[in-house]
Amino acid sequence: MNGFEDESVPGYHSHILPGHSSPGRFERTLRAGHFVVTTELAPPDSADPAAVYERAAVFDGYVDAINATDGSGAHCHMGSLAVCALLTRLGYALIQQISCRDKNRIAIQGDILGGAAMGVCNLLCLSGDGVQTGDHPEAKPVFDLDCMSLLEIARTMRDKSTFQSGRKLDHPPRIFLGAAANPFVEPFDWRPLRLAKKIAAGAQFVQTQYCFDVPRLKAYMDKVRELGLDEKVFIIVGVGPLASARSAEWIRNNVPGVHIPDSVIQRLKGAADQKAEGLQLCIELIQEIREIKGVSGVHVMAYKQEHNVPDIVTRSGALNGRKPWHPRTYDGDATVQQHLENLQ
Amino acid sequence: MYWLRKWSVRHARLMEITYNTVERCLIAATPLYRRLGEKRLEKPVAAIEKVVKGALFDCQMCGQCVLSSTGMSCPMNCPKSIRNGPCGGVRADGYCEVKPEMRCVWVEGWEGAGRMKHGLQISTVQFAVDHRLKGRSSWLRVIREQAEIAAAPEPLVQSSNAAEKKTL
Repeated sequence: MNGFEDESVPGYHSHILPGHSSPGRFERTLRAGHFVVTTELAPPDSADPAAVYERAAVFDGYVDAINATDGSGAHCHMGSLAVCALLTRLGYALIQQISCRDKNRIAIQGDILGGAAMGVCNLLCLSGDGVQTGDHPEAKPVFDLDCMSLLEIARTMRDKSTFQSGRKLDHPPRIFLGAAANPFVEPFDWRPLRLAKKIAAGAQFVQTQYCFDVPRLKAYMDKVRELGLDEKVFIIVGVGPLASARSAEWIRNNVPGVHIPDSVIQRLKGAADQKAEGLQLCIELIQEIREIKGVSGVHVMAYKQEHNVPDIVTRSGALNGRKPWHPRTYDGDATVQQHLENLQ
Repeated sequence: MYWLRKWSVRHARLMEITYNTVERCLIAATPLYRRLGEKRLEKPVAAIEKVVKGALFDCQMCGQCVLSSTGMSCPMNCPKSIRNGPCGGVRADGYCEVKPEMRCVWVEGWEGAGRMKHGLQISTVQFAVDHRLKGRSSWLRVIREQAEIAAAPEPLVQSSNAAEKKTL
């Protein structure tokens, strides 16, 4: 269960199975029908690679892929491509995030090729948060593309082996394409149809915004199944632990697109240990989400609580006894150890 | 002219009928426009377009108008220039994440599309804008494209859905 028979040595590509878009472990796990767990790595405000390795090691054996965020919330951190570069060398499965906020189509296409060359097999195409929410509100927002155009460009590069201009690539990026979805904000009746639009543009998997409202997710999934979209895309639902009622209220008021019902805040307020209650709530949410037909996994966004991810994954039973591959899987293999040490 | 922009979306069906009529007239006048010369017409037509569409839709003159596919709500007024629907940051009251005083361009557009006969065009994937066309007339571009389609013996190989794209 640890991996696949043809598991490659870090830094080297394994081959692409029939019907797959990428040689990646993440796509393989999804297509094999497993319930997947992904998470995101908060990139350091540092030039020290050790910070990245330490942050990734927390997830060893608990997640199928790690999202390398691209200036999330419009805040400055180490770049997504650099985080991917460091971690793919150790063999981690990365989901490279690209936001349209900071780069035009020329820079973005360069980054797609760069990521794929380093062994990134998954790309998450985002429009990106507005600069006003970040630490540099005076910045110039680019938005040369939107997420839909970005998906189309990435798909064209992969399937037609050309840049958007039509100029030929020597070697196309073998990537599994993802997008974001937010079923929890207006206009609700359009959200499933917008998902259809993203699929038409190339999305093969989606990761959703934080879910704290299961009835609303269920209503969304009912419509998604009615449209047959669950057959065309892997839906991974975003979850995360809330630290306290106060922080939940802050998130609700200040983070765009996060919907937290009053009932959740009341429940946290009433708890003796709010942090433990937040964890418990997250675990219960995962268990409820697992039961919804058409959901392929959960995306655990434990901002500033990354150390709790193993606990959340274990206690929720999300992996159903499965142990995802991680670099330390190779412990005891002297050749691979040597290879990894040389890289570090 | 924010109120007029909202009025136009509220009367999306009327706008659709008006546009279809205008488009037919413009296409009928193709020989005239040929005689006068494309280049000479570009500036005055773009100026008229800017006034009319600027008033009605807060048009930004991207040169690739897709109002018929956006419920008559101009996507270039979205602070993220999203041409394919609402981002995930729409506020609970339907207002914009970036400009809290403005209703989401796409919440408006979705309502507008519901009032139109061909509102379902909102499901078409629109590609990002070609910045070379900024400031130029969308009307003349459509006439040009229509003429090319009529003249071509076989379907032209061109950007994905140029033939489906309508302008205003």
